[in-house]
Amino acid sequence: MSDAADPTPGAFPFTAGLAFDPMIGARMMTGRGHGSWLGMRYHAHGSDWLELALPWRADLVGVEATGVLASGPIISLMDNATSMAVWTRLGVWRPQVTVDLRVDYMRAAEPGRTIVGRGECYKVTRSIAFVRGIAYDESPDDPIAHVTGTFIAMDGNPR
Amino acid sequence: MNAGDPLVSGGGFALPPYANALGIEIERDAAGGAPVLAVDFSGRIEGRPGYLHGGALSGLMEMAAIAALQADLAGRGDAVRLKPVNVSVEFMRGGTAQRTYARGRVTRAGRRLAVVSAEAWQDDPAAPIATALMNIILSPAE
Repeated sequence: MSDAADPTPGAFPFTAGLAFDPMIGARMMTGRGHGSWLGMRYHAHGSDWLELALPWRADLVGVEATGVLASGPIISLMDNATSMAVWTRLGVWRPQVTVDLRVDYMRAAEPGRTIVGRGECYKVTRSIAFVRGIAYDESPDDPIAHVTGTFIAMDGNPR
Repeated sequence: MNAGDPLVSGGGFALPPYANALGIEIERDAAGGAPVLAVDFSGRIEGRPGYLHGGALSGLMEMAAIAALQADLAGRGDAVRLKPVNVSVEFMRGGTAQRTYARGRVTRAGRRLAVVSAEAWQDDPAAPIATALMNIILSPAE
């Protein structure tokens, strides 16, 4: 079983209002904590969306007999991808926390395949960011899961 | 399907590799009732600095919901396959760097569908840090 080492604690390189470059920001954020332990990495982004990839790993499996990935890592992937989509849309980093997240599981992930989580931020207000997204392996047209959620800004919206 | 598969009832609840890797443990296994699951804080489950990651917390609550349903279904004669349809998670408080607990509660387990909730807390069970609500399809296991 390929178990990953615990992430090394590092300084948190973000402050409110700091310009957020999606590629650099996502690489820095996936280099620490839970995302780092899961093996998440930057995949792609647009003006209001960002994709992270999560390679399959034996110790992330939910049903040992089938090798299907647990749903927990998929929720984590979508939480991170949608969160980063908010900063991608804003162009700046602001502290925020997840208010709620709903995940619909449309099919099981294929064992062995890397999962891509695409988060999209479709609306930002002073306090709330509205997000949605999908997790897929082969094609975004055949998603594994669909998510919707909201984040709340911790000190208002930077201008 | 193997006994101990967390998604098939009747084999007893066994934590899957993901739960073991995160450090999730069965804290208290009440006979016939929903077990309490627990996980210690570590860098593996850290989100923003010093706080529990929402996805890891959701994973813990999903596991607790499945365990509660397993316990509830144990009285049925035939093994039942569980297929999660969706989960809704509400985050009420930031989870700080300490041990976190979760327990599920079966709201309704019918023939084809179960509705199961779960709560997570840290020092005070009366002050949950997050809740989850799951819909789970039930079907006969081959």
